[in-house]
Amino acid sequence: MSGVFSPTRAKIDKRTLRTDKWWLQPALTFGVLISFVIYATFRAFENANYFAEPLISPFYSPCLSGACEPGTVLAIFGQPFNNQYFGIGISPALFILIFPLGFRMTCYYYRKSYYRAFWMSPPACAVAEPHKKYTGETRAPLILQNSHRWFFYAGLVFNIILTWDTILAFRNAEKEWGHMSVGTLVFIFSTTMLWLYSLSCHTCRHTLGGRLKHFSKHPVRYKAWSLVSALNHRHPTFAWISLFGVAGADIYVRAVATGAITNFYFF
Amino acid sequence: MTRNVKLRIWRGDSTDGGLQDVQVEANTGEVVLDVIHRVQATQMGDLAVRWNCKAGKCGSCSMEINGKPRLACMTQVASFGDEEVITVTPLRAFPVIKDLVTDVSFNYKKAMEIPAYEHPQNLGPGEARMEQIDVERSQEFRNCIECFLCQDVCHVVRDHEENKKSFAGPRFFIRIAELDMHPLDTLKNRKRTAQEEHGLGMCNITKCCTEICPQHIRITDNGIIPMKERVVDTKYDPVRWLGSKIRKREGIV
Amino acid sequence: MSELERHSYDVVVIGAGGAGLRAAVEAREAGLRVAIICKSLFGKAHTVMAEGGAAASMGNANEKDNWMVHFRDTMRGGKFLSHYRMAELHAKEAPDRIWELEMWGALFDRTKAGKISQRNFGGHEYPRLAHVGDRTGLELIRTMQQKIVALQQKDGRDTGDMESGIKVFAELTITDILKENGRVSGAYGYWRESGEEVAFQAPAVVIATGGVGKTFKVTSNSWEGTGDGHALALKAGANLVDMEFLQFHPTGMVWPPSVRGILVTESVRGEGGVLTNSDGKRFMFNYIPEVFKDKYADNEAEADRWYEDQDNNRRPPELLPRDEVARAINSEVKAGRGGEHGGIYLDVSKRLSAEVIKKKLPSMWHQFFELAGVDITKEAMEVGPTCHYIMGGVEVDPDTAAAVGVPGLFAAGEVAGGMHGSNRLGGNSLSDLLVFGRRAGIGAVEYVKNNPANPVSDSAIAAAASKIQAPFNREGGENSYALHAELQEITQDLVGIIRTGSELKEAITKIAQIRQRSANVAVAGGRKFNPGFHLAFDLDNMLLVAESTAKSAIAREESRGGHTRDDFPVMSDKWRQVNHISSFDGSQISVRTQVLPNMPKELFDLFDIHELEKYMTSEEVSKGGSK
Repeated sequence: MSGVFSPTRAKIDKRTLRTDKWWLQPALTFGVLISFVIYATFRAFENANYFAEPLISPFYSPCLSGACEPGTVLAIFGQPFNNQYFGIGISPALFILIFPLGFRMTCYYYRKSYYRAFWMSPPACAVAEPHKKYTGETRAPLILQNSHRWFFYAGLVFNIILTWDTILAFRNAEKEWGHMSVGTLVFIFSTTMLWLYSLSCHTCRHTLGGRLKHFSKHPVRYKAWSLVSALNHRHPTFAWISLFGVAGADIYVRAVATGAITNFYFF
Repeated sequence: MTRNVKLRIWRGDSTDGGLQDVQVEANTGEVVLDVIHRVQATQMGDLAVRWNCKAGKCGSCSMEINGKPRLACMTQVASFGDEEVITVTPLRAFPVIKDLVTDVSFNYKKAMEIPAYEHPQNLGPGEARMEQIDVERSQEFRNCIECFLCQDVCHVVRDHEENKKSFAGPRFFIRIAELDMHPLDTLKNRKRTAQEEHGLGMCNITKCCTEICPQHIRITDNGIIPMKERVVDTKYDPVRWLGSKIRKREGIV
Repeated sequence: MSELERHSYDVVVIGAGGAGLRAAVEAREAGLRVAIICKSLFGKAHTVMAEGGAAASMGNANEKDNWMVHFRDTMRGGKFLSHYRMAELHAKEAPDRIWELEMWGALFDRTKAGKISQRNFGGHEYPRLAHVGDRTGLELIRTMQQKIVALQQKDGRDTGDMESGIKVFAELTITDILKENGRVSGAYGYWRESGEEVAFQAPAVVIATGGVGKTFKVTSNSWEGTGDGHALALKAGANLVDMEFLQFHPTGMVWPPSVRGILVTESVRGEGGVLTNSDGKRFMFNYIPEVFKDKYADNEAEADRWYEDQDNNRRPPELLPRDEVARAINSEVKAGRGGEHGGIYLDVSKRLSAEVIKKKLPSMWHQFFELAGVDITKEAMEVGPTCHYIMGGVEVDPDTAAAVGVPGLFAAGEVAGGMHGSNRLGGNSLSDLLVFGRRAGIGAVEYVKNNPANPVSDSAIAAAASKIQAPFNREGGENSYALHAELQEITQDLVGIIRTGSELKEAITKIAQIRQRSANVAVAGGRKFNPGFHLAFDLDNMLLVAESTAKSAIAREESRGGHTRDDFPVMSDKWRQVNHISSFDGSQISVRTQVLPNMPKELFDLFDIHELEKYMTSEEVSKGGSK
């Protein structure tokens, strides 16, 4: 018998005496995250319907395959996944998604969420967890959570790429500038939320100024830190909205690419 | 206005114990500690409960109310429904002594393990100069009233007695953070020892400490996570580690 | 019964508030072995409740400030009844004590130049209070607690045992100071947790137990303020000085009961809060004393204008000195114009918008909202005077804090008397703790150097032990909770803020009756963490303190500072010349007068002679201080 049932503790035979709906939050988290994972997996393996001029799904950007014509999207990475070089079947999304997924997996906020919802460690505050042993993030594989900052840097690169995609979304299907569609709005929303999510991140806050001992000697970094600190309060909100945003952008592109809907142009 | 409150109080000691039902009057505006005192004065003269200031400033009356770690002096009776039974138990992460009183000596032992503040040797009385913006981060942590609710709710020790020896707990992570962010502290290696000796890596940032803190200290976001990032600077980031070897950079020692 | 737990130390410090911890640090740094005893957990002492700050003339906010100004303010605040030497030492040493805390890791709020920020407070000529937001006491106690840990860590490095030089005994009540051959030999008490008894042998004992607020029904003090140190000292043969002087803060919460007595900061009135009675009338206009008529508005229109234009209008009478406001509130309630729960109304919601209230009085808003469920942005608070601080206390030698008459006994902090005279200035208590805590430590060190251990005899232990067992041996006796409640009613009604001879006489009789009945207190249950049992001892202490206060109060036939006599409403220069000394003969308290020491010339000359004329007799003034 360990934990709250240890011999020296007050003898209470319940795991928790909480009377509120403490299970609701982890249950919701579980539901939403698992839905996203299922959808993302399906999309990553689908290897199709990710491009509809000028929109490229964030799951498949930068475009590494021949599906996008050179020059239409960011192509500085070349097109190593062009079917002519690589065999059919390997989806570029599998490589691309490592980075944003890694960023989210090691994110301090998501860690809290999935440790609670999936690991039940603990399921909720003052609710005994089911595990016999616990070592936290002190050994492999969880010690790798300390790599969060590398994923943060990678995430910034992807944010730039997606920003470029968003700028390109101001063209029409004929590559003429000065147009705007529902897709443009979807991309603006998704990309903005991704930026807010990245910039409000704890590693960002630390890098910009958190690691300093004397703010007074670094007034600019202090300003930046203060700004990010304010955003950091809402990091969880940005985490969820940006997740829905990026999924929404992908769903939209897929719907246009499959012809289920037409990308309506305002002008 | 008075009403009747149904209380279920844990009574017992380290050998045995259980919940006992009592009914007691409660006046408008009273807190749980008030009704416990009334029970004590009228029905159970020897009911053990710790308290001091009864104003949320000393952190003595920590207990678990309907399963949640709280200060009894800051928990309004009116926050429970008229028919709701209010269950009051001692803190469940620490050994019980009697009734609502637990042995919190674990926390005082941990306090003694955190290396103390070291003042610069060349600064005499009245010579220290610190900017307000440089002391604010540490000041937040010094709001701590040592109620030890964060220590109680933390699953690392609450659910794993064996971790107590290697884990200082949230209260002492913010103590370490406070010192590491103190503009004048000269002791080196606080980050490294936080990870290697005080069990910072055991924390999986599930944030219960922050949720229950009666002082609303942002323990996780402002204390533990910044410390984890500082640990990465010194232990898991080869680039920064190398940089710190080449030229002494602020924040990495 | 198992064998008695015994400890031997050089110094035993009773009380782990500011003064006790400061004394302990001093004694340990001089190389002595120290025991710190606290009634509750380590770090919970009442010092944490102090909000405003610690007064010290560092001159960070105004360069003109110095110890002489601080000394003058303190003497004036105490209506010239303070022991001049204590006020002098306090004013001179306070800055060093604050800076010292900073060297131990304290983080005070800062000025723009990076120095310790200082704030204004009543009675202080310049901004003088070092502070951390509104939680200065917490900073003080935590800093010293952590300093103790630092010393323990050093001992750990030197000897391998962190507790070899200084050990904290938490949740232990001391019931007796032990003496042999006329000198202190140790202390005796019991663990609150287990009820097991403990004997300490030590040549020096420092009492730093704080105040007596729990003697009263309405108090800002925590349960620990039961006058333990006052009573221990009395029983050990020491004297108490000027026990009639208690500070009642005019605005404490009275309702809901959960928060009765908790302070409502003066800033509420400073920001525009008005006091009204049950008729809805702003009554303070009727209570402006003659001497203040030129400084305070006599009509609402002018008082309201003052908040916008302070140069051309007189202050609202809500901002009269604390004792005036407290007396006025008391009179209104006695005249039947009090609120539902015996207080009067303090309303800030009519003048300020909700946002402004939340911005300017955040802790008050929280305090009322979280503790009382009252939204002060919408409704009035009901408030009344609350017992806040006792100026009187153990008579000590100012330089060493040694208790007069008991070799080896020292006292510092609120439990010691003399420093604040008849009224304490806000901010002077935190600095008092530090200055005289340290001096008590030095005093004990010097004493121990010259006086070897004084072994505790078996008979002394047996006597102390039998007292602890006594309440368990009785059956069907008095209930300590009920007696405590009765005592609180008596002190509140008869020895409270306004006193008269006849009521004091009645109080003395009634207190004696309760003391008789308290000898028959019985305790239900076992020894293990039994609050009923704990209260039995606290009650005994409170009864002695209450008796001492009532008897000192009936003797002083004047009104001064924290002592107001309805039958002697004016201050008298004759009474300024004497202190009241309480002593205990084992059965009752007796009070005698003792002539106040004369200020030496160099201190006397710091004052404007016309000011001294208001307080002193003409002979005293013409003498010009002692040589």
